[in-house]
Amino acid sequence: MLKVKNLHASVDGKKILKGINLEIGAGEVHAIMGPNGSGKSTLSNIIAGRDGYEVTAGSISYKGKDLLAMEPEERAWEGVFLAFQYPVEIAGVNNTYMLKAGVNAKRKHQGEQELDAIDFMQLVKEKAKMVELDQSFLSRGVNEGFSGGEKKRNEIFQMAVLEPSLALLDETDSGLDIDALRIVANGVNKLRREERSIVMVTHYQRLLDYIEPDFVHVLADGKILKSGDKSLALELESRGYDWVKEEEADRIKAA
Amino acid sequence: MSDLSFDKKTERKPEEFTNNEYDAGFVTDIETDTLPPGLNEDVIRHISAKKDEPEWLLNWRLEAFRHWQTMTEPHWAHVDYKQIDYQAISYYSAPKSQEDGPKSLDEIDPKLLETYDKLGIPLREQEFLAGVAVDAVFDSVSVATTFKGKLKDAGVIFCPISEAVRDYPELVQQYLGTVVPTGDNFYAALNSAVFTDGSFVYIPKGVRCPMELSTYFRINALNTGQFERTLIIADEGAYVSYLEGCTAPQRDENQLHAAVVELVLLDDAQIKYATVQNWYPGDENGVGGIYNFVTKRADCRGQRSKVSWTQVETGSAITWKYPSCVLRGDDSVGEFYSVALTKMRQEADTGTKMIHIGKNTKSTIVSKGIAAGHGQQAYRGLVRIGKNADGARNFTQCDSLLIGDTCGAHTFPYVEVKNPTATMEHEATTSKIGEDQLFYCRQRGISEEDAVNMIVNGFCKDVFNELPMEFAVEANRLMEVSLEGAVG
Repeated sequence: MLKVKNLHASVDGKKILKGINLEIGAGEVHAIMGPNGSGKSTLSNIIAGRDGYEVTAGSISYKGKDLLAMEPEERAWEGVFLAFQYPVEIAGVNNTYMLKAGVNAKRKHQGEQELDAIDFMQLVKEKAKMVELDQSFLSRGVNEGFSGGEKKRNEIFQMAVLEPSLALLDETDSGLDIDALRIVANGVNKLRREERSIVMVTHYQRLLDYIEPDFVHVLADGKILKSGDKSLALELESRGYDWVKEEEADRIKAA
Repeated sequence: MSDLSFDKKTERKPEEFTNNEYDAGFVTDIETDTLPPGLNEDVIRHISAKKDEPEWLLNWRLEAFRHWQTMTEPHWAHVDYKQIDYQAISYYSAPKSQEDGPKSLDEIDPKLLETYDKLGIPLREQEFLAGVAVDAVFDSVSVATTFKGKLKDAGVIFCPISEAVRDYPELVQQYLGTVVPTGDNFYAALNSAVFTDGSFVYIPKGVRCPMELSTYFRINALNTGQFERTLIIADEGAYVSYLEGCTAPQRDENQLHAAVVELVLLDDAQIKYATVQNWYPGDENGVGGIYNFVTKRADCRGQRSKVSWTQVETGSAITWKYPSCVLRGDDSVGEFYSVALTKMRQEADTGTKMIHIGKNTKSTIVSKGIAAGHGQQAYRGLVRIGKNADGARNFTQCDSLLIGDTCGAHTFPYVEVKNPTATMEHEATTSKIGEDQLFYCRQRGISEEDAVNMIVNGFCKDVFNELPMEFAVEANRLMEVSLEGAVG
């Protein structure tokens, strides 16, 4: 599904990613953990195509295509979805209207017929139920006046409607109370599919209690220092990140 | 190590989408009867004679002209343009074949009808489908007034003002210049002296006008100023919704448009006046375009009368326009909803005046300014609460949206309160179309261009909601046309 090879990237001349290698197969759930400022969000933003990052080396292939050569909307049409850490408000633009524009642009790209208003409403009502999002949110402005938890739930709702092949969840758990976390996690679990890959970027083990990952990676100083299964996350929870960094330092010394 | 730019294709900036080509920039090739450039009393006599006007109107014009000669062009607005040579303008231009006046659409020069078709206002279609009566002003003479019969049955008078002068002289004489006096300001005085046509509407007592009334203005001939004059009178308990749309062909010279619109409202009357203005804005270097210097004012003479101005201003090189409400009657209500878009080198200084004189008068101002490219945008508004206006209320909201970083937005609110019981609220915001918002939309699969349109339309929603349904769609489309680039 996704192959990241030796990815180096900087922001305003500052090196953030220093050689990321990551391979994500279809249907796999990966968790990327790491301390603040390690480059976790940078990685998901680059995959989604946000401006302001300079890729200085390496490549990303997605479904066999050169992802970095594609516009952000093209990536979306091909099934890349980013659940934003800070979803933006767009005043006056109806939540459903925006989503319909996105869905139909994608369908058009795939050569499918665009959904009419009635079919689309039926679809969104169904999906809203899945993430326990009140229907009143559908007719409100995009994230306009939503609470932090509502914004995150709206992201998962959009994911449900857009049905991506690769979903990047950027700190979707941050700012959620325990009930909201459970609702969001349940929503994501309902969206797990054999052909759908999910990448969760998070600080905390907590989210992984609800969404069980197949793989856990530790990202620190712009590199993936360690990969393992879900037990790695538990170890991180009890021991912190420093020991991983120390191991890496020892490894470099030994080499 | 190869130097990979992260995303080579996203080098376009959102403001580039705004420099679209002007859609209505075609010239209609029709023989016209045009006066040579220049302005003096003979020119005014000529205009008056052409229109077979009564003595009182000629004298009224001459008086306005003499007053105008003593006045100086105002320069307090936040706009910058070359000195206008008023002697280089031709003050009268009429399509020649119209000398005898058309009796029906069939008599209208087919080329003229074609022009309207190009503008997307096929008269026939509107007649049959939309149920909108259109008084089309082509240069200076009204060429087609549809639906007259149906309106006549309702007692509504809707005709070119020159015809009203002939057929309803008492009404015209009673109200003309009583809202915007001849000496009100430089451009109003000029208009009073040389106005050539415009619309006249009278809605009698208790009548709800059975359809939306609409006028399309278009400046066609080279170097002609268009000075139309509109007078709308809503008698007691009457209601009318009126829309004017404006376009002009593309020319390198600047053309002057100095209109006057007067609205009179008696007790319990209501007028909704909407403008969709899409005059030629000039090119990206600021060459050509319309100077749109317009005086619009509503006089709420009656108690409980209500006027609402809604404007969507996307065209013109320079816009200088402050549709105002004089809230004279007790409990009268004034509203102003505005969307102004300036792109390329366009400049707009626009806003409103709310003059509260009666008791418990209420006014609402919602202004949305969008600046892109090198566009300059100013909101200028006056709210005056007179000393007898007990319980007056005003709510003002003016928001500016900037696209790119070479444009500007300015706000000049003036408030004069002479009555301690007044309630005033003012909100103002300035925001930029965020990269974040654009990226968010694009991540959801919406192209950058569509995303800009969506965000701008969302920003304007409060105002578009005030437009009549069919025109709200048109306004939406117009904003899209205005913002869409030749990209893709």
